[in-house]
Amino acid sequence: MKDFIIPDDRDMGTPAREGAPVTLTIDGFDVTVPEGTSVMRAAAEAGISVPKLCATDSVEAFGSCRLCVVEIEGRRGTPSSCTTPVAPGMVVHTGSSKVRKIRRGVMELYISDHPLDCLTCSANGDCELQDMAGAVGLRDVRYTAPEGAPLDNHFEARDTSGENHRYLPKDDSNPYFTYDPSKCIVCSRCVRACEEVQGTFALTIEGRGFDSRVSAGNIFDDFLSSDCVSCGACVQACPTATLQEKSVIELGTPERSVVTTCAYCGVGCSFKAEMQGDTLVRMVPWKQGKANRGHSCVKGRFAYGYAHHQDRILNPMIRDRITDPWREVSWDEALSFAATRLRALQEKHGQKSIGVITSSRCTNEETYLVQKLTRAVFMNNNTDTCARVCHSPTGYGLGQTFGTSAGTQDFDSVEKTDVVIVIGANPTDGHPVFASRLKKRLRAGAKLIVIDPRRIDLVKSAHVEAAHHLPLRPGTNVAVVTALAHVIVTEKLYDEEFIRTRCDWDEFQAYAEFVADPRHSPEATEELTRVPAADLREAARLFATGGNGAIYYGLGVTEHSQGSTTVMGIANLAMLTGNIGRPGVGVNPLRGQNNVQGSCDMGSFPHELPGYRHVKLPEVRKIFEDAWGVTIDPEPGLRIPNMLDAAVDGTFKGLYCQGEDILQSDPDTKHVAAGLAAMECVIVHDLFLNETANYAHVFLPGSTFLEKDGTFTNAERRINRVRKVMAPLNGYADWEITQMLANAMLKESGGANWTYTHPSQIMDEIAATTPSFAGVTYGMLDEKGSVQWPCNEDHPDGTPLMHVDEFMRGKGRFIVTEYVATDEKTGPRFPLLLTTGRVLSQYNVGAQTRRTANSVWHGEDVLEIHPHDAENRGLNEGDWVKLASRSGETALRAHVTERVAPGVVYTTFHHPDTQANVVTTDFSDWATNCPEYKVTAVQVSASNGPSEWQEDYAAQAEMARRILPAAE
Amino acid sequence: MSPEKMVHMANQIATFFKSQPGEDQAERVAGHLRDFWEPRMRDQLKAHVAAGGDGLDDLVIKAAQQV
Ligand code: SF4
Ligand code: SF4
Ligand code: SF4
Ligand code: FES
Repeated sequence: MKDFIIPDDRDMGTPAREGAPVTLTIDGFDVTVPEGTSVMRAAAEAGISVPKLCATDSVEAFGSCRLCVVEIEGRRGTPSSCTTPVAPGMVVHTGSSKVRKIRRGVMELYISDHPLDCLTCSANGDCELQDMAGAVGLRDVRYTAPEGAPLDNHFEARDTSGENHRYLPKDDSNPYFTYDPSKCIVCSRCVRACEEVQGTFALTIEGRGFDSRVSAGNIFDDFLSSDCVSCGACVQACPTATLQEKSVIELGTPERSVVTTCAYCGVGCSFKAEMQGDTLVRMVPWKQGKANRGHSCVKGRFAYGYAHHQDRILNPMIRDRITDPWREVSWDEALSFAATRLRALQEKHGQKSIGVITSSRCTNEETYLVQKLTRAVFMNNNTDTCARVCHSPTGYGLGQTFGTSAGTQDFDSVEKTDVVIVIGANPTDGHPVFASRLKKRLRAGAKLIVIDPRRIDLVKSAHVEAAHHLPLRPGTNVAVVTALAHVIVTEKLYDEEFIRTRCDWDEFQAYAEFVADPRHSPEATEELTRVPAADLREAARLFATGGNGAIYYGLGVTEHSQGSTTVMGIANLAMLTGNIGRPGVGVNPLRGQNNVQGSCDMGSFPHELPGYRHVKLPEVRKIFEDAWGVTIDPEPGLRIPNMLDAAVDGTFKGLYCQGEDILQSDPDTKHVAAGLAAMECVIVHDLFLNETANYAHVFLPGSTFLEKDGTFTNAERRINRVRKVMAPLNGYADWEITQMLANAMLKESGGANWTYTHPSQIMDEIAATTPSFAGVTYGMLDEKGSVQWPCNEDHPDGTPLMHVDEFMRGKGRFIVTEYVATDEKTGPRFPLLLTTGRVLSQYNVGAQTRRTANSVWHGEDVLEIHPHDAENRGLNEGDWVKLASRSGETALRAHVTERVAPGVVYTTFHHPDTQANVVTTDFSDWATNCPEYKVTAVQVSASNGPSEWQEDYAAQAEMARRILPAAE
Repeated sequence: MSPEKMVHMANQIATFFKSQPGEDQAERVAGHLRDFWEPRMRDQLKAHVAAGGDGLDDLVIKAAQQV
């Protein structure tokens, strides 16, 4: 393991400030800090830790414990250093005998109402109360109980007079942490963390003085039933054992920590994996992480238990037919079985009859190797990745308008924004840490416009309210975005200066003429989009004139027949209003999976080599042909839906699918199943026997992010390190397995020559072949922590903001965005529109999160339906309902709610027994074939339970998952 | 791929480029097909055009000559 020194991780007591430098003297040392900094933080900068209990640098100071008192020359009394801002020339004494005495007195009071069971306490060794008692030199507690009566306290369950009415038992309702009121010192760090860091406002301090207690929700609530979303910010902030991870209670305190990156969503939070030997004790969000700045959500913070789940498959398995049970075999046998089959298929059906799907959950290095396997070993371009079904329109749309496929900002940019448009995204569920950062900015006064068919949480939640919610009809994004542009152009609110200098003026004029046409006005499109015209006008004015405008969007934009067109429309809006190229603005796709950005960067698409360069370009092919010693096919390969079509046609026969479950995640399940069933060699490389594996002939067990080295690239183009903290349970990291498969195939043709021994060598090859990664090495990532591409000679420290002086393609390009109705139309048979999404606690197909305690929050997929539509159909809350489209039908339970508009229903796709995708259709984005998940015409009716299809599916899955006992 | 699906996909592309200003729509449709459609799909399209191009947008038929 390479040495990596964790940079300074001390608690500085209060948050950092930005401002003019101020110099003061603390205990005789001069220190210079930004204006507005607290005396406590200034002291910490000088290396002096002032004792403290209620202050921590993740939240604003509160000044309640009085442990941090200091003396300041020329000022009366002993002010608390956490709430006192520095002033020029101030002279501070942090250790006078006067303040020492006060601190000891304060500690004595705290300890008099605290159980003295330190040796058996779960926070032993990790308790600030304990540390402070030591720091202030507390030696005895003089408070004694009066004769015959106990000292009033909160920690004894019973006293001599019977029940202690002040005692509250431990609340262990949350699956991951406990709340033990007997140890609480009421410092309110948890309450402030929940408000300021997470933005949920789940906690309050009830009562006053000696009666005050921390309370989750109202009196009947425990943590689980309250609004708490289990982000862990309060646990992190708590100085005592009151809020404590259950894993620490069970395992004890960690002895070392390794910085790594969350493997769930595209925010890409940095974590310290805290270890005892090779046992993971807990994951703690890392303060220096530039994506998350010390915050996390329930998935990354707590839901890592799947790594050791009993369902994990650890041995390779093969079978001749998918109707056979699996047979466990050695790695050699599995790989040579796979290699022989794949080569035979190519002999018989041609070079292009096999392909790969790279994983957006695996590392950049692993993804790079899988596409290299197709291009340099299979000798074709049949590679695709899950981005096909999520953000491929972003690649196309931003490529056309700006010249490259990526978000323009870093996440810090949100701190400088004034007006935010969130369109087709639900950040509080999908990108929770970004949502917390956004909500913080909104509470500080930024304005929000939500464009979404559902009333998502951001529209109205604690201390956050959208200025406008435009509840459009699913499928009309282009009409709404074009109407916004219509208002901006016809009311002359656009930024002419920006457009003239940065964009193609002729194209702008053609575009302006197009959008100014009255048929694009909000009034003309209202009937179609169902967005009130007056609201839309106001929203457009606000975005154009409200200061820094930023647009954040998600799959509600891309997963449509016109996904690419909407992305271009969004880029148009940003250019029109001059909102590109500085902090606080920009176009920000919120990426779904942890490494979907990276998998796109690494050449997973069938038409592009790494770095978004088309395979038709001979100069690009030459780079890789020289590096790999092969000839690269100049024709684009098959995309996932095309592979499945070709399989049904009989020309595509073999697939290596790494870390992806297309049978569950891709639309039109029956078609996916038919495609898979038609193939003769399906290799699934995954942690679990996923749904796709029901149709596989070879199963290669995968490794988790805890078990390998590599990098992930998040939605802000940030390349973060993933570090190995334990050995792979399955024996190999995924990049090693791909290499073994490549070599097994190359052996058949005479030359097994892949010889990587560490992922850093793969990164070196990426850097050598891909200009935007030219400056990236593991050494520099260890040193800088992370870097945003492009990182090369021109940008040695990476690129937080893109298109600053000019667009990647030179001039920004306005593109005409004509609305075209999807062919997926409601009618008498299917009168409702189904749209799909996800929830906070589950991730994607749920293969990981369903195997953790996260399922307490979301045990099954439900169908959200408006009360009006429910009543028409005689449906009540919790009823089984049948959901049918022209593709198929399934059954699930109804949740009657006004979050969805009449005529619209909504569900998630986290659970295979529901298989919402049996209902979604094969319609897709015109440019990229990204499926139209977000619009399906459906009918909903009463049902008694699972559909016939679901029962058949479950039976087939059970048959397909049989494993023969291993032969000795 | 079913002919209906192919026709639908090709027509979607034509619909977009038809909405764009300029004179070179057929070339742009052809360019898109060359860049993103795998040869098998392009062959299927050309065969469909040769067989009369049932259901295809005129612009696709024009573009197919240049694919
Ligand atoms: S639970 Fe912890 S953080 Fe919250 S008030 Fe009690 S001691 Fe402080
Ligand atoms: S876990 Fe997060 S949401 Fe829950 S109470 Fe703590 S800070 Fe609030
Ligand atoms: S799931 Fe996303 S937001 Fe949550 S911890 Fe992981 S990267 Fe951060
Ligand atoms: S740390 Fe300053 S008053 Fe508590």
